[in-house]
Amino acid sequence: MGIEILGLPLYYYIAMVAKVLIAFVFVLLTVAYATYAERKIIGWMQVRIGPNRTGPMGLLQPIADGLKLFFKEEIIPAEANKFAFLLAPLVALIPAFITFAVIPFGDTIKIFGYDVPLQIVGYYDAGVGKVVDMNVGVLYVLAMSSLGVYGIVLAGWASNSKYSLIGGLRSSAQMISYELAAGLAIIPVFMLVESLSLQEIIKAQAGMKWFIWNSPMTFVAGMIFYVATLAEVNRTPFDLPEAETELVSGFCTEYSSMKYAMFFMAEYANMVTVSAVMVTLFLGGWDGPFVSAIPWLSPLYFIAKVYFLMFLAMWIRATLPRYRYDQLMHLGWKVMLPTTLALIVVTAVAGHFGFYTFSGLFGN
Amino acid sequence: MDISSVFFALVTVVAIVSALMVVTCKNPINSALSLVLTFFCLATYYAMLNAPFMAAVQIIVYAGAIMVLIVFTIMLLNIRVDANKKGSHQVALGSVMGIVTLLLTGLILTRGKVSQPVGGITSDMINKLGHTELIGKVMFTDFLLPFEVTSILLLVAIVGAVILAKRKLS
Repeated sequence: MGIEILGLPLYYYIAMVAKVLIAFVFVLLTVAYATYAERKIIGWMQVRIGPNRTGPMGLLQPIADGLKLFFKEEIIPAEANKFAFLLAPLVALIPAFITFAVIPFGDTIKIFGYDVPLQIVGYYDAGVGKVVDMNVGVLYVLAMSSLGVYGIVLAGWASNSKYSLIGGLRSSAQMISYELAAGLAIIPVFMLVESLSLQEIIKAQAGMKWFIWNSPMTFVAGMIFYVATLAEVNRTPFDLPEAETELVSGFCTEYSSMKYAMFFMAEYANMVTVSAVMVTLFLGGWDGPFVSAIPWLSPLYFIAKVYFLMFLAMWIRATLPRYRYDQLMHLGWKVMLPTTLALIVVTAVAGHFGFYTFSGLFGN
Repeated sequence: MDISSVFFALVTVVAIVSALMVVTCKNPINSALSLVLTFFCLATYYAMLNAPFMAAVQIIVYAGAIMVLIVFTIMLLNIRVDANKKGSHQVALGSVMGIVTLLLTGLILTRGKVSQPVGGITSDMINKLGHTELIGKVMFTDFLLPFEVTSILLLVAIVGAVILAKRKLS
């Protein structure tokens, strides 16, 4: 089959580059328009109009914001540690993007006669007749999310300012605490699927058997995972790191121009990423009605689900007030962590007796 | 020279440069960040050796947890200036240890009896069954006792940490 590099046909590499570009552009565009959507949606929820001056319905607002930030003066505080100060925005932004390497955003589709799975690391192995992907996909996601904390810690420390430092410390304590709950909440899913590969996890949910409603254990796990990821990406009601009234704007107080924009992008890119992970683990990934007949529908379902979860995050932001710091730590360590641990035991016991799913519980 | 050797060479250059930066950087934070980069290169090696679970754990545990703790410590103690006033005997000790390790590695590589992969687990098995599944099975059957002993060790460490933290309050 034509030229082979490292045992893989050439079209695999072409498809991979194309998939990387598509995923990258998708995340960037979503990030840009999520800021617009957030202002507009929260505006409507608070009976305001929201941005409406730049372009029709304010649709050019994100571009105007980007240009404005791009042309602002770049300020590096005199007492800052320059290397860490410049590195921090990059370190915050990169993990959010590279997590997309393992997330399957669609079914295997035929392009020019080749079977191309819509997952960056995945390829279709004709010999085995199935999609081969990284079989530790979930661990990769967890590893990348644990790196996001560096960006914020570095930003807080390198700025050499009290607001930044307190914001950075708060944020990293929060991220580390909720990472545990999020990581443990995924374990019931592993126990049902018996694999860490994201392809296998989606396959186990095929035919609308999504984990969010297919099993009581994964329902609770999904709820905990969503709340924990909200806290991990510093969204309201867990946005203590940037509590304006106390900390000015937390770890990015001293940042300006493009570097500030990169933190801003990192926050929204993280939101896209955790929504995509949540969709993959609990909402069936790209699964949906008629998807086995028309594989081209699968990326649309995936995007629709991701956007729905992002809308949910905005809705929560418009609804709930901010947590107090001790309440936040109490929720993370004393409520969510024991609940997830108990959930793992319950899943194991229930699985031993064959009651994995709702239908298993109620006869049928 | 095939593509995987080129990739290996690239990663190795990054690994060596970042490892050198760990010991030569004046600012402890920069040293710590270089160490994170070194861990990344190690994780890449694991991934290239068909051990994806090890690669992921390398990043989660070392880069994600241990180094965050070290970075935290450096920041909170605010070791800003060059804390590089190590005595020359420390440098000498470090050099001796480094040279001994290098010689030992060379000895194992050249005189070792193992010239090819041994044991029942092959790369094909890992690709087919999954690395995590294989490790998990062995860990909870053949190596159950060491696993439990390690858990107790960690539990003792956690209890110790709680006691130390509580004593400070009262």
